[in-house]
Amino acid sequence: MKLNEIVELLEADLLFEDVDKEKEITCAFGSDLISDILMCTKESTLLLTGLTNPQIIRLSDMIDLFGIVFVRGKVPPQEIIDMAKERNLPLISTKFTLYRSSGILFNSGLRSCKI
Amino acid sequence: MSEFWYAQPAYENRRLEQIDSKPIPNFVQNFKLGEKDFINAGKASAQIKLDLKQLGVNPIYLRRVAIASYEAEINITAHSKGGRITSKYFPDRVHIVFDDDGPGMGDIEKSISPGYSTADELVREMGFGAGMGLPNIIKNCDILHIISEEGVKTFLEVIIYFG
Repeated sequence: MKLNEIVELLEADLLFEDVDKEKEITCAFGSDLISDILMCTKESTLLLTGLTNPQIIRLSDMIDLFGIVFVRGKVPPQEIIDMAKERNLPLISTKFTLYRSSGILFNSGLRSCKI
Repeated sequence: MSEFWYAQPAYENRRLEQIDSKPIPNFVQNFKLGEKDFINAGKASAQIKLDLKQLGVNPIYLRRVAIASYEAEINITAHSKGGRITSKYFPDRVHIVFDDDGPGMGDIEKSISPGYSTADELVREMGFGAGMGLPNIIKNCDILHIISEEGVKTFLEVIIYFG
């Protein structure tokens, strides 16, 4: 599934434009617990989360993330967006909940990452 | 004072050779960590991963090192008055030492059980405090050694082999 399809399906906003919208995303994982994210993502993954602190971007230095979807209408502060820009890590914000966002993407064919 | 050892079965016999004999690494990196400094937490582990990547280490091991190191780095940030990381690079492994300025753990066995956490509200709001930090370290390392003195300090070291 392409990044721009995800933005459309989640009626979401890309938090900065300079990203590859044609990027192919193969799987996703959703959590608000950092240790679970570390433990459960063994391949490149799209992360859905409600966490908006710097550590959520720092995570992408440890594990491979395609991008981050902030759920429940969360938008991180500008310094977090800048951190993601430096890493070329797409950020998306949707007003949908984690449950609803995951359901929409799963039903549209985006599988769960291998855990 | 309490002490805890863990080694993957294949590495059990290397414990003495790799830790007690104090072998000399090819090079060493030192980092300082501040109490509750969640702005900078993770930088050291990212640097260690980058160093190993530049040395040509396979991504499978980079991931294990990054996760084990990041969890230990977050533990120092979240639970201690600050501390230090020393990363020692060898041709076949990395040996990372974490030591902090307390307050230490009363019961290491309890602290390593999945789901056990003493994290405060601030730490939980950041997405930590699920009680999976030490179990995640165990899962991703080959040798783990912890010494902790309640009210004083914690010393934790991990070794991860590249194959």
